[in-house]
Amino acid sequence: MPITTEFEYVKPKDMDEALHVFSLYREKARALAGGTDLIVHLKENLARPEVVVDVKALEELAGLDLKGGVLHIGARVTFSELIASAVIKGKFPVLWEASLTVASTGVRNRATLAGNICSAVPSADSAPALALYDAEVLTLSVKGARRIPIADWFTGPKKTALLPEEIVTAVELKLPGKKHGGCYMKLARYDGEDLAQGGIAALAFPDNTYRVAFCALGPKPSRCPAVEAVLNGAKLGEKLLVKAGEALLAEISPISDIRSSKEYRLHMAQVMLGRCLETAVARLFGKGPKYGNGNIC
Amino acid sequence: MKPHLIQFTLNGEKVSLTVEPSDVLLDVLRGRLGIKSPKVGCDRGDCGTCTVLMDGKTVRSCLALAVEAHGADIVTLEGANSRKWTQKLQKKFHEKNAFQCGFCAPGVILSATELLEKDPNPTAHEIKEAIAGNLCRCTGYEPIVEAIEETVKGK
Repeated sequence: MPITTEFEYVKPKDMDEALHVFSLYREKARALAGGTDLIVHLKENLARPEVVVDVKALEELAGLDLKGGVLHIGARVTFSELIASAVIKGKFPVLWEASLTVASTGVRNRATLAGNICSAVPSADSAPALALYDAEVLTLSVKGARRIPIADWFTGPKKTALLPEEIVTAVELKLPGKKHGGCYMKLARYDGEDLAQGGIAALAFPDNTYRVAFCALGPKPSRCPAVEAVLNGAKLGEKLLVKAGEALLAEISPISDIRSSKEYRLHMAQVMLGRCLETAVARLFGKGPKYGNGNIC
Repeated sequence: MKPHLIQFTLNGEKVSLTVEPSDVLLDVLRGRLGIKSPKVGCDRGDCGTCTVLMDGKTVRSCLALAVEAHGADIVTLEGANSRKWTQKLQKKFHEKNAFQCGFCAPGVILSATELLEKDPNPTAHEIKEAIAGNLCRCTGYEPIVEAIEETVKGK
């Protein structure tokens, strides 16, 4: 399918030049990194930019490193790079597990984490993990830099707090100060390249505290403070999971669409919450399936 | 739209041509450079029939602008004979009847090539994961997975 929108293509090597283009063209400029969403949108006329700015030559957007308990992921880092990273696998296993469920190898070789959260579809696989690890989104424009907590980043389906003149330069995650087990449980039709019909991510800590987040079960991915309040301080058990499931129902608002009905998602969200927490706790104690296994419902 | 002169390596040979910013890599490969192994399937990144190797990694050529190929090393199945595993895979696919209509085969073989270059001893799960983005509507995948497994074992 040809792209019918006419646009200019630029590939700045210099950040100032890139920011200048965005300040000049604003909504009419679109950043191109992996292109796995943008090119589809161009083909379907959902995006009609006047200029496409290829950001892959900007050195400021490279880099994947953990310093002082903060993991810095540059905006041009792909999901394949995340999966290949020993630091991600070892220290941020839920992000690693979630990255493995994003589309397929041929897409992950180009698609970036930053692009995933800029597309901001409610089913973004990376979003629950980012919520668990208290991520911040770093942006830059001619007016200056901003740090936006992930809780404020998603503002609605396909909508973010990014301003028209800004670009995302990196995403930063905080290393939990203590040992943890985690899980990203994804509801998909098969263990292949499916979009999430629902997703629940959780961290479990040795002091019986927990973090829980979801995607595809509401207009935007989010942490679940009410579920965490029910869980915190208690050992996981059948009764507690029922209570946590009830709390979850108050925090999610799934829709019916081509992939699932609202009722199915509401039911499965509770099932997934239980499986996700049980897996996270098992992994905390070195048991349960290895990360990347047993996490598709 | 300002056209761009792009230069890249295609199957070991330097090519140079002028493209529009909106030209898609897959369409340029097929329509202007005569490279027909990458197929137009879903044309939106789901089916994997347009798979090519870009700088050694499989990418969806339907989801790349041609202008992005500037400076890259692009290998399609036509030029993949130089890769260690490709011909072995092709022979084994042929032997095992691992494709019927053949539409998915170039993409599957390139995905398997990338996998074996990274890890010459994959598990069956890793093989399935590596080709999860290549849809086949004929075989049911079993002979494909077997062909890849047997290529590794050198049977």
